[in-house]
Amino acid sequence: MDINKDLIAASSTPIVLAILAEEDSYGYAILKRVRELSGGRMDWTDGMLYPVLHRLERLGLIEAKWQVADTGRRRKYYSITAAGRSQLIEERRQWQAVDETLRGIWQALRLPASAVQQLQGA
Amino acid sequence: MSAQHESGSLETQIDQWREYLRRRQAIHSVDVAELEDHLREQVSALVASGLATDEAFLVAVKRMGELDSLSREFAREHSDRLWKQLVMVNDAGDTRAPARSDAIMAVCLAVVAAVVIKLAMTFIDLDQDGGRFARNLSLFILPILTGYFVWKRKLASSTVRWIAAAFIVAAFFANIYPFKPEGYTEILSVLHLPIALWLAVGIAYAGGRWNQVGGRMDFIRFSGELFIYYVLIALGGGVLTGFMALIFQAIGMDVEPFFESWLLPCGAAGAVLIASWLVEAKQSVIENMAPVLTRLFTPLFAALLITFLVTLLVTGRGIDVEREALIAFDLLLAVVLALMLYSVSARDPLQPPGAFDVLQVVLVVSALLANAFALWAIAARITEFGFTPNRVAALGENILLLVNLAWSAVLYTRFLRGRGAFQDLERWQTNYLPVFAGWAAIVVIIFPPLFGYI
Repeated sequence: MDINKDLIAASSTPIVLAILAEEDSYGYAILKRVRELSGGRMDWTDGMLYPVLHRLERLGLIEAKWQVADTGRRRKYYSITAAGRSQLIEERRQWQAVDETLRGIWQALRLPASAVQQLQGA
Repeated sequence: MSAQHESGSLETQIDQWREYLRRRQAIHSVDVAELEDHLREQVSALVASGLATDEAFLVAVKRMGELDSLSREFAREHSDRLWKQLVMVNDAGDTRAPARSDAIMAVCLAVVAAVVIKLAMTFIDLDQDGGRFARNLSLFILPILTGYFVWKRKLASSTVRWIAAAFIVAAFFANIYPFKPEGYTEILSVLHLPIALWLAVGIAYAGGRWNQVGGRMDFIRFSGELFIYYVLIALGGGVLTGFMALIFQAIGMDVEPFFESWLLPCGAAGAVLIASWLVEAKQSVIENMAPVLTRLFTPLFAALLITFLVTLLVTGRGIDVEREALIAFDLLLAVVLALMLYSVSARDPLQPPGAFDVLQVVLVVSALLANAFALWAIAARITEFGFTPNRVAALGENILLLVNLAWSAVLYTRFLRGRGAFQDLERWQTNYLPVFAGWAAIVVIIFPPLFGYI
């Protein structure tokens, strides 16, 4: 399933912030976590994550630090800041509102949806 | 043996890939390092799941995304890095052709500016009505410069209408008042009109990005670099004129009349356009002069101010407010603000605070202290001196600069202590630009009637 670009872009901030709220992480691991959480349905182009991370860093929502990883290579680790946490709460509030709105309308549309399924079954 | 061979070829491939990325100006080497770490992680995961190294490399590179769109994303995020080449404006295609048409346009408009100045000098009698010429000087040049950016940035016609309206209003107020010749308010008007109109140039320069911090920051960079280019051109012009005078003197001809009535006014007018074009076209040749000069002079000015404060405290001398002391302190604050603006404009917002940032705060705080002494001395005796237009204008400017620098010092300190983002300081500085223009407009429009055109 392809999720459209605008949705991916809009959801990238809360997803990255939430993953970093779990624990400090780095680019590759964040992407892996996104695939895991979405069951592979949200497939970000790998490179595109980095401009997003840099934007969040510039806004002061996350912080970056170069550390030497187990592999012996230098790696850039990101962690969430206090401002990032309050932004995450705000994002969560907004996304919940969107989610509830959609749920409400899906509920109201339940009948036609089952009709669609019947048609597909036939 | 074969595994060794494979890892060798992987290193070569990664080397090539890295070189290729480095050529993109928007992606810095530190970003390349981050992406490379990602690529290696991806390759080893794919190898672990059974792919051959070169297959894994290809898949990993493909997953990274197309390089063009990747560097476009980086460019969007780090637009300051691209300031030098301005590919944001010409998103696609060959950049050579626009560069040539820019040059032709700039030269043509420089000629237009020279002709306009010459016509104005012909129609306005400088001996009788020099004040009128001085008041309108910025109106001869700045609309042409604005026109250049309107053309270059392909501005929306609604914006162009607003800018045109601003110039018409400016022309109205520059000419409608019955100024007393060479009175205070006339001189104030001459000095403040260009400051107010510079905002209109800025809106045209930013080309639709005026409401973004980045757009206004680019305009600040542009203003500083333009000033430096203009001074360089003026110095070169001075040398040229010197030689001209010398060699024509050798054949017994005096070039002074030609110089005064043609070369100086036309050259000074045209140079504004040429310098503006150069700032954009040759940005990478003289790379960011303003920040370099800032680095040089910030420590020197900080040392000067601290010495001044210490001397003031040790000797117990009061500040002499008899003469135009306030104007000197206004200029001092303006210089300190400029030093701050250009180091802010060149600073990588992501870098952690360093020694230079501390020095910057020291400079600003010592300037504020010195200014506080001056203001105190003046406030104590303002009733005695009375409110002349010069003093009110100088006082107003002092307060504007004081507010700007005081809050900048607060924001900068917060950033140093890790309590705020550097972005806040940039936003504060760029949001403040219209305040200066607003005050300048007040001085031009309200002061003359308020003080009876003296």
